[in-house]
Amino acid sequence: MKTVEAPVGTRTAALGYLLHLADNALVLGQRNAEWCGNGPVLEEDIALANMSLDLIGQARLLYQHAAVVAGEGVTEDSLAYFRDATDFRNYTLLELPHSSDTSERDYAVTIVRNFLYSALMLLLWEGLQKSKDAQLAAIAGKSFKEVRYHFRHSRDWLVRLGDGTAESRARTQAALEHLMPYTQEYWAPSAIETVADTEGRAIDAAALKREWDDLVNDALQEAGLQRPAPGTGLPQGKNGQHSDHLAPLLAEMQSLARAHPNALW
Amino acid sequence: MSTTHNDWPLWEVFVRSKQGLEHKHCGSLHAADAQQALQMARDVYTRRQEGVSIWVVPSNTITASEPDDKAAFFEPMADKIYRHPTFYEIPDEVGHM
Repeated sequence: MKTVEAPVGTRTAALGYLLHLADNALVLGQRNAEWCGNGPVLEEDIALANMSLDLIGQARLLYQHAAVVAGEGVTEDSLAYFRDATDFRNYTLLELPHSSDTSERDYAVTIVRNFLYSALMLLLWEGLQKSKDAQLAAIAGKSFKEVRYHFRHSRDWLVRLGDGTAESRARTQAALEHLMPYTQEYWAPSAIETVADTEGRAIDAAALKREWDDLVNDALQEAGLQRPAPGTGLPQGKNGQHSDHLAPLLAEMQSLARAHPNALW
Repeated sequence: MSTTHNDWPLWEVFVRSKQGLEHKHCGSLHAADAQQALQMARDVYTRRQEGVSIWVVPSNTITASEPDDKAAFFEPMADKIYRHPTFYEIPDEVGHM
C-alpha cells in the first residue's frame, strides 16, 4: 500500500524514530509477558519475564527521552498509555499473538519472533551507540548488553527446537513460514527513518540486511530449518497501519492507566 | 506442554557473589544439558545481581554422605575443641581465611 506522506521535519523525525524504537520494545515486552505464569517450564517462565522487563525498561528510557523532545506536557505515561493503535509505530511482527495452527500459545512462535527481532536489534543497538543523539547512544549502550542475551536465548532455543523432535521441528518451521514475511518491514525505510538516518541519529536498517541474513542463515543451518521465501506483502506497522491484533493488546495494557488517570502506586 | 520437563536431568547450581571468593550452592533446576542449565541458572538465580560467576553440576554426579552415618562421621569431632582456630592469634599478614 502506498501512502502519501507530508514532508518530515527534523523534530518529527527525531520524535518518530524514538517512538518507533520505544513502541517496538513495549509491544513485544507486553506480548511476551503473556507467558508469565504460563511458561512451558518454570525456568523459561522466569527467563521470558526477565526479558520482558528488559524491553519495558528500554521502552521507558526511550519514552522519557521522546517526552523531552516532544515537550508540551508530554510524559512517558502519556506516550505509553494514551496513544491509540494508529499512533503506534512498532513493527507489525511484534504485535502478532503467540498462536499457531497447533496451539493457542505456541512457544515456537515466541522463540522464532524473539530470534528474528533480537538478531536485528543486536545490529541496530550496536550501531546506535554512535548516534549523534547522545541520549539515544547511551540507551543503545545499555540495550546492546540486554539484547545480546535475548539473541543468545532465542538462538539457543531455535536450534534446540529445530534439531529436536519431529513435532518441535515442524512447529518451528511453521513459525518461520508464518513470521519471516513480516521481517520485510525491516528493510523498507519509512520517511522518518530516512530523515533521522540522514541526520546521523538513526541507522538505516536496510544497510544491516546482509549481516542479519548471516546471523539468521547460520542459525537456521545449525537448526536444520529451511529459510522460507520472503513473501510479497509489505507490513506497515511502523507507519501506523497495524493488524487487528494490536488494539486488544493495547486495550489490556492501557486500561488501568485510562480508568484511573494519574493514579500512583 | 508435555511431561518432557520431568525427563530433563537435575543440576545443582553454585553462584559466586561479587564479594565472595567461593561459589555457594543456591539451589537446583532441571535442564536438557549443561549449557541450558547455565542459561536457566542465570535467569532463575542471578536476577538481583547475586552473582558474577555460575557453576552447574549434574546432581547425579554428587556423592553425598548418608544420614545414617552421622554418628560415625561427625560425632567423634564433638569433644575435640582444640581443633578450632579460636586458640590462635591469626597474624594480620595472613589476610582472608
